[in-house]
Amino acid sequence: MTATLTPEVEAADRQPTPPSSRVRLRRLWDRLTPFGFLSPTLILLIILMVTPIAMVVGYSLMDRVITAPESNFVGFENYVEVLTDPVFATAVKNTIYFAGVSVVAHFVLGMGFALMLNSPILSHRLKAVFRTIYILPWLFTIAIVAVLWRMLLSPNGIVNYLVTTFGFTESSVEWLSDPNLALHAVTFINIWSGYPFFMISLLAGLQGIPRDLYEAARIDRAGPIKQFLHVTLPQLKPIVISMALLDFIWTTQQFALIWMTTGGGPINRTEMVSTYTYKLAFATYDFSVASAAAVIVLVLSMVLAFFYVRHQKSRD
Amino acid sequence: MTALSAGAPVAAPTRADIVRRQRLKKIALIVALVLGAGFPALPILWMLSSSFKTNGEIFEYPPRIITENFSFDAYQAILTDPEKLRFFFNSYFIAGSVTVLTLIVAVLAAYAFSRFQFPGKRIINVMVISVQAVPPITLLIPYFGLVVALGLYNTYPGLILTYMVFTLPYAIIMMTGYFNTLPKELDEAVKVDGGRPFTALWRVLVPVSVPGMVSVGVYTFMIAWNEYLFALTLTRTNDMRTVPIGIQLLMGQHAYEWNQMMAMSVLGSIPVLVLFLFFQRYFIGGMAAGAVKA
Repeated sequence: MTATLTPEVEAADRQPTPPSSRVRLRRLWDRLTPFGFLSPTLILLIILMVTPIAMVVGYSLMDRVITAPESNFVGFENYVEVLTDPVFATAVKNTIYFAGVSVVAHFVLGMGFALMLNSPILSHRLKAVFRTIYILPWLFTIAIVAVLWRMLLSPNGIVNYLVTTFGFTESSVEWLSDPNLALHAVTFINIWSGYPFFMISLLAGLQGIPRDLYEAARIDRAGPIKQFLHVTLPQLKPIVISMALLDFIWTTQQFALIWMTTGGGPINRTEMVSTYTYKLAFATYDFSVASAAAVIVLVLSMVLAFFYVRHQKSRD
Repeated sequence: MTALSAGAPVAAPTRADIVRRQRLKKIALIVALVLGAGFPALPILWMLSSSFKTNGEIFEYPPRIITENFSFDAYQAILTDPEKLRFFFNSYFIAGSVTVLTLIVAVLAAYAFSRFQFPGKRIINVMVISVQAVPPITLLIPYFGLVVALGLYNTYPGLILTYMVFTLPYAIIMMTGYFNTLPKELDEAVKVDGGRPFTALWRVLVPVSVPGMVSVGVYTFMIAWNEYLFALTLTRTNDMRTVPIGIQLLMGQHAYEWNQMMAMSVLGSIPVLVLFLFFQRYFIGGMAAGAVKA
């Protein structure tokens, strides 16, 4: 204690110059303080984000990475291989359909349920009960959702019992292995599991709309539909846009649901960019080409993220 | 005059009419809500019901919700199998560790973002936000190389560290938002008394931020509990597998034991359901804040 104090006392005795250097040191220390608090985050981001991205870009320009001891620089050869692969084109198309339809359905269902749950007619307790029920699918792990729907949609499952009993079809349907149905089926499962996230955000948004806007609309003799179109929707627009972008980004990255229901089959009908890349790496062990696919997926996601961040900034 | 008013009752609805209309509206709404609730609830009800059946009854015609062989056998099979219990232990341990570590790192970072001005703040902030959009599949291949090179393949730290990349950005953004709602005078007072910034954070901000930390914690736990891709790729032996992978293994092992899969699904959903029921308010607040402000 005293040892550390002495230099300070000495410095104080030698009046003229030292204080300024001490002040400067103090200022430097102050300036470094925020970086001290940020250092764990920065270290983690460098190890787990910057380095891996640099690595994957490096891999994508080499051949035989990871599997062979020596690999050579091959330029954009791996990219050419991915971009000319018809399966990759299919995967992109499937991913866009899967994510696009999911986002629209999440919005429609989320909005419908949120409007019902926001009605002032119902008591708070009743609303809380229904809200809990409507959130349920979102609380189940995607692996569980996948197993559950495999059981429900199995050839002898309850869904087939219902469609045959009520006469929609003659015989049971192979929802997940029929090439014409599989993509719709996995999209439906994703819709089921993902709408609550939209619903909750919209519910919060609905509660934030000032009441007098509706009063004013009512004075102008606007009916419920007009109130929805001219008050509710414009007020929720910023939330809807950011939710839709976020949902689209996340859905394009969906892996577990596809992997555990169809595995990308039958005959690539449900292949997504995520399953395509995974198979290249961990089924065919072609890590170089897989890295090229991974970088392409990254670039596409970053384009979407750019719009998301720009939208968020414009709201601040 | 009397004839006119009798002929046009619509012009002036009585109180009773309004009350009746309100009640009709309410009934219609409740009917709609009950019907709509079938969409989320029926599949889950079927999961629950199947977990109490014998495997032979899962696909019986016609299907029944409760069968005469109603039993806890499937649960017993799961809960007495040490390999399956290990899946649960792994999931709890990993998700718990990720939650604690994420909260510590995020609170420190959020304090810097909320209370300091420094060069590079905007860039770091944009970096944190855009990390959320980096696809896991892009990181999978280099992580695989990195984790193997660091000797972390098939270990807890390997999974815990990689999960933090996905939990941190959201946690930092939410905690920063929470700190921003607290008046700066709170921590200024500590500094005037000669306290260091860390004292201000630890003694003043953290205690009043418990609600924010709970929502971040619950959300983080959920992300870690649900993770699938990295758990699948960065572990090899069954003693390191988590619940989502365990369920998948169950699917591959023998002929499908659907009742056991459903029992394990129910057991695997309990932690998140319990967290949700207890912290519903924080949870919904957190989800909404993430969407409204993030």
